[in-house]
Parts: sequence; structure tokens; C-alpha cells
Amino acid sequence: MRVFLYVLVMAGVTYLIRMLPMIIFKKKIENSLIRSFLYYIPYAVLAAMIFPAILESTATPISAAAGLLVALVIAWLDWGLLPTALFACAGVFLCEFIMKLL
Amino acid sequence: MTKDFLQGFKDGLPVGLGYFSVAFAFGVAAVQNGLSVLNAVLISLTNLTSAGQLAGLSVIAAAGSLIEMAATQFVINLRYALMSISLSQKLDRRVTMPDRMLISFGVTDENFAIAANKEGTFTAPYFYGLMTLPILCWVGGTFFGAAAGEILPAAVLSALGVAIYGMFVAVVLPAAKKSVAVALVAILAMALSCCFAWVPFLNQISGGFAIIISAVVAAAVGAFFFPVRGEENV
Repeated sequence: MRVFLYVLVMAGVTYLIRMLPMIIFKKKIENSLIRSFLYYIPYAVLAAMIFPAILESTATPISAAAGLLVALVIAWLDWGLLPTALFACAGVFLCEFIMKLL
Repeated sequence: MTKDFLQGFKDGLPVGLGYFSVAFAFGVAAVQNGLSVLNAVLISLTNLTSAGQLAGLSVIAAAGSLIEMAATQFVINLRYALMSISLSQKLDRRVTMPDRMLISFGVTDENFAIAANKEGTFTAPYFYGLMTLPILCWVGGTFFGAAAGEILPAAVLSALGVAIYGMFVAVVLPAAKKSVAVALVAILAMALSCCFAWVPFLNQISGGFAIIISAVVAAAVGAFFFPVRGEENV
């Protein structure tokens, strides 16, 4: 029963954070400084989440760095989201495989 | 309308793929922390967030208070408020209030990355399509992880761990290639995020806050020094 209370609080808080801004900011924001800020926010949020957290995402930071390197190359070539993700995984897998052989 | 849904559905495929592995790991962790399979699935179905759920799990495991749970979720997930504000500006004007309330449930880092990256505005059916596979994979991955923890070899789980970051890179790098301002904002955000990870004292600040502060400062610097002119997409 206690667990359900936890889940209720978790889900409630998380949903309100997502929902309230979506219904409050219905009109188009005209202020150019705020518009510019919102234009940069996605890239800033994603960049802050990528690094350094990516280094902790696999078994070792070395293989994660290999995956990041592969992702950078594929993304630079504009191959799209799914190929970038898959090749990055392959890069990590290969790197860890080679590390085991050494 | 159906076309929009199908386009969104397709765009959600890479997200779903990444989610499955992360949710699988969450399922394993949930059972290790003493939760039932049903509880683990219920958490994933109602929360749809990786960092928040992992933090919630540690609060449950430590038998923390409900206030502590609420505060933890608030700090870690506050970044979604930024994303919802940003997406509210990209939503088609005709989207109704009930649709807005449903759409907001699907605002995650990855869905946001994809919707924010889309040219122009998007419709409600598009976003419903986009969130379908991620939700199914998030819940399904949690179920399989909780029910059958150690099927996948460790090497495969490790490799899958990088998938979501690979997707983020695929959103940021092409945009940074086209705009020096975006590149500088992204580099500044990463530099700040590194400070919060590695600099003594600063690394005491929780991960959720660290991301919010890094992103807000970097985007504000960008907006101040490189204001976006005219009709560029927000």
C-alpha cells in the first residue's frame, strides 16, 4: 500500500511539471529575448545531458568515449537519429570486445 | 491527420529502441530494490522518465518520506517544465486544451529532442504518434527487465546504454554545424555540466539541478549575445 502512495506522489509531481507550462503558455511569446532563449534551450539541455553523463552510460568510460566518437562522426555526416544511436552502440560493443582481447 | 500520426510513429522508433534498454535496466534495478514486477511496471507507466524513476527507487528503498519523494521528483524533473514551455510554442494553434493535457504526459528528453527538431509547428496527432512506441517500449522494457533480469549478456546491456546519448548527439551536432551560436551554446552547456560533475562543492548539487542551471545559463548567454531574428523556429 505504501508503495502506491510513493508512486502516486512521483507520478503526480512529474505530470504537473510537464502539464502546467503546456496549458499556461498557450499564446505565442513575442519578446525576442525570450524567443531566442527558447530557441537555444533544446540544444543547451541536450548538450548538458550528453556530457559528461555519457561517460557513465556503459561498462567503462573508455568504451563510452568510443561510442561518443562514433556518434559524433555519424551525426556529422547527417545520417539521422536511429543510425547514430545504433552505430554508437556498435562502437561501444566493439571497443569492449577489443579491450577484452588485449 | 492520420499522416501526421504515422509520421510521428515513425519518428518515435529510435526513441522506443533506446527506451527499451534503459527501461530494462530500470526493471532489473526495481526488483533488486524489493519492488514487485507489477509495481515496477506501474511506476514506468505513470512516470515515463528515467532519471526521476531511478531517484524515486532510491527514496522507496531508503523508506524516505513522501515529502522527500515529491522534492526529489520536482528537482530532477523540473527540466520538463522548460521543455513544455518550448514545445508549447511549437504546437499548432488549433490544438485544444484536453489535447495539450494529454500531450504533456509524453514530454520526455527524447520526445522533446525530436519534436523540437521538427521544422515549423506540429499537430496533436503527430505527438500522439511520436509518444506511442516510446511508451510501449518503456513499459515493455520495464516488464521484461523486472520479470527476467539477466537474459541479455552484460556486453549487450552496456552497449545499449549509449543509445540515448547517441540520439542526443544526432540532434545537437547537425544544428551546431549550421550555426556557430548553437555550437557555442552547446559547448558552454557541456562545460558547465562538467563543472557540476567534477568541481568540488559544485558536485554536491543534484543532477537535475545541474542540468537546469547549465542549460538556462548557456541558453541565456546565447539569447543575449546572439539574439535570434525574425521568424526562426522556436
